[in-house]
Amino acid sequence: MSAIIHGAGAATTLSTFKSIDSKKLVAPSRTNLPVRSKRFIVAGSDSSNGLSVRQSQKLIPNAVATKADTSATTGTGHELLLFEALQEGLEEEMDRDPHVCVMGEDVGHYGGSYKVTKGLADKFGDLRVLDTPICENAFTGMGIGAAMTGLRPVIEGMNMGFLLLAFNQISNNCGMLHYTSGGQFTIPVVIRGPGGVGRQLGAEHSQRLESYFQSIPGIQMVACSTPYNAKGLMKAAIRSENPVILFEHVLLYNLKEKIPDEEYICNLEEAEMVRPGEHITILTYSRMRYHVMQAAKTLVNKGYDPEVIDIRSLKPFDLYTIGNSVKKTHRVLIVEECMRTGGIGASLTAAINENFHDYLDAPVMCLSSQDVPTPYAGTLEEWTVVQPAQIVTAVEQLCQ
Amino acid sequence: MALSRLSSRAKPLLQPLAFTALRRHISTDNTPLTIETTLPFTSHLCESPSRTVETTSSELLSFFHDMALMRRMEIAADSLYKAKLIRGFCHLYDGQEAVAIGMESAITKKDAIITSYRDHCTFLGRGGKLIDAFSELMGRKTGCSNGKGGSMHFYKKDASFYGGHGIVGAQVPLGCGLAFAQKYGKEEAVTFTLYGDGAANQGQLFEALNIAALWDLPAILVCENNHYGMGTAEWRSAKSPAYFKRGDYVPGLKVDGMDALAVKQACKFAKEHALKHGPIILEMDTYRYHGHSMSDPGSTYRTRGEISEVRQVRDPIDRVRKLIISHDIATEKELKDMEKEVRKEVDAAVAQAKESPIPDPSELFTNIYVKGFGAESFGADRKELRATLP
Repeated sequence: MSAIIHGAGAATTLSTFKSIDSKKLVAPSRTNLPVRSKRFIVAGSDSSNGLSVRQSQKLIPNAVATKADTSATTGTGHELLLFEALQEGLEEEMDRDPHVCVMGEDVGHYGGSYKVTKGLADKFGDLRVLDTPICENAFTGMGIGAAMTGLRPVIEGMNMGFLLLAFNQISNNCGMLHYTSGGQFTIPVVIRGPGGVGRQLGAEHSQRLESYFQSIPGIQMVACSTPYNAKGLMKAAIRSENPVILFEHVLLYNLKEKIPDEEYICNLEEAEMVRPGEHITILTYSRMRYHVMQAAKTLVNKGYDPEVIDIRSLKPFDLYTIGNSVKKTHRVLIVEECMRTGGIGASLTAAINENFHDYLDAPVMCLSSQDVPTPYAGTLEEWTVVQPAQIVTAVEQLCQ
Repeated sequence: MALSRLSSRAKPLLQPLAFTALRRHISTDNTPLTIETTLPFTSHLCESPSRTVETTSSELLSFFHDMALMRRMEIAADSLYKAKLIRGFCHLYDGQEAVAIGMESAITKKDAIITSYRDHCTFLGRGGKLIDAFSELMGRKTGCSNGKGGSMHFYKKDASFYGGHGIVGAQVPLGCGLAFAQKYGKEEAVTFTLYGDGAANQGQLFEALNIAALWDLPAILVCENNHYGMGTAEWRSAKSPAYFKRGDYVPGLKVDGMDALAVKQACKFAKEHALKHGPIILEMDTYRYHGHSMSDPGSTYRTRGEISEVRQVRDPIDRVRKLIISHDIATEKELKDMEKEVRKEVDAAVAQAKESPIPDPSELFTNIYVKGFGAESFGADRKELRATLP
């Protein structure tokens, strides 16, 4: 935890949203993800360029990048890092609706441990950007109580793992109050924070809470992976009347991408087509998207044509997009960072088997993290998460 | 005096209309009275409010009527539970009515109240109807939560009653959140967050109190100290049973929770304090006659002698009854008639609730999300029970 925060804090004096190209804020990548390959991914699938076609509409509610053909890229839009995209989305929503407030540890004067809320306290004041003491249970409960009256708090967990302390509030009050009150109260909170395996942060700071929260009835879960969908999902989550848990990833905060200047939101329940293909459907989310795309490079060289879908919506699953893909390719590989037991992949495997069994030519394969606490040593940590080489092997195995 | 003469002279005529006559007389009578609370207040880090309480005769009568209604409702719930019409958990509030009543008389419907699972009477105090309460207890569609909440989940949004929570102590951060929203919206209102002596040992309470004191939130934490956390007595669970002092830097007040007027005075004082200075803790020294819930006989950890002693010496309804009689607001007979009316009202509500329909099976899937998006949900047998979430 300390390594990342100090690194981020000492990095720059970014006061504007435009990123500074000269200073590469990406930490040296142990898992072989240089910025260059990310650019390739983004441009290769033409996701950002394809989407800029929709700039004709003021508000873009549908941001699935399905159409690969690009009309002339207009060239407008601005480049920024993922945490800036989140900040932009948050700031736009706070400007738009005075009911939106942010609460969390060090979100105000400190600017947020990952700089997502930087500058907001100066702009909106202490009553709308609240520095809480270290008591996740209490401030999550307070956010939910405030939401019952109509406020729209965005509750930040400094690390998703800390939200385990607030599990009671999230499960019992956040998820269930709308139901147990017979519809009288809505809880429009957004609970967000970084999770996932970082760089040797240790077991307790490398948790993936998607698996624990996925059974709670009444909440929605989304995971962002690019600056484009980070901003879109943040805005959609704030506007949603349901409680939404937005999973960010510690290692993705410094991704750079060009996003449109116009206002847009992403659909909370929709999956994103990253790379259309014919041979196999690879379902993934969050950081594993980049591992998959790297593996896709290798696979393409070997002659395979994988279809990569970033499922984005972890609860509920976008079975429409996934189903259409399965009907096309007949093979499914799920690549996730969640634990093997009871993770998102496990639920997704069950859902696909139940609904699309007739369309499958091979069993659904799920690559997940090992069921171990994340070790500190770098090499061991690498082995707990799925690596591109394993993805390539799995695809070859499935496509025999 | 005048009233008793009136009723005795016109006895045969007024007999059946005794109640109406009483009501007609009382509605025009707003004689102000000043009454001393039975016990003085003990304070921590603040000044005690005065022991003399201003009230009116109509207010005392309404106290009596409402407390009798609450008492009757809880006793009816007891019999319904034993008749297996109410299932699950049923936590009864009889003995503690003075807290709910006194609080209501000091505040408005804009002030919020949030409490734990012992919420039937608080719901009634906030304006809830008997029929809504009984229907919800019996799991009918006409209940206040459409039958989907149950005994522990009564809510009334238009009266700022936020429930109704099953997990001990979890409502305290919620209550501080309500106070935060009130401060955010600059409403000159306060939030009363009720919890028990058992919940007073929860960490989240101190977390929330810290934030409330730090941010000057208009939150009033009310500890309904009935001296037993389910089966564990106060002295066995708390090192420091002075719950009003536990706030340390937050002022506190200890109140005789069986005296409705003392509760009213304390709540009025607390509301003024909270609006100006931030949070304050009220400890209501009260007692519950029933066990923790209907599954608990309530006599394994305390003696029946103790229960009957409190009933004789400190019962809140008897206290108000004595006040009414000694101040000649009504006679004993009239009060008894009022109680009979209350009993009839409760019986009628129970009968009506028994006839109410049970929820539709499709109600299983409503109100999970606010806006539907066609997500599918199904039961163990896919063919039998499958629905698209509305």
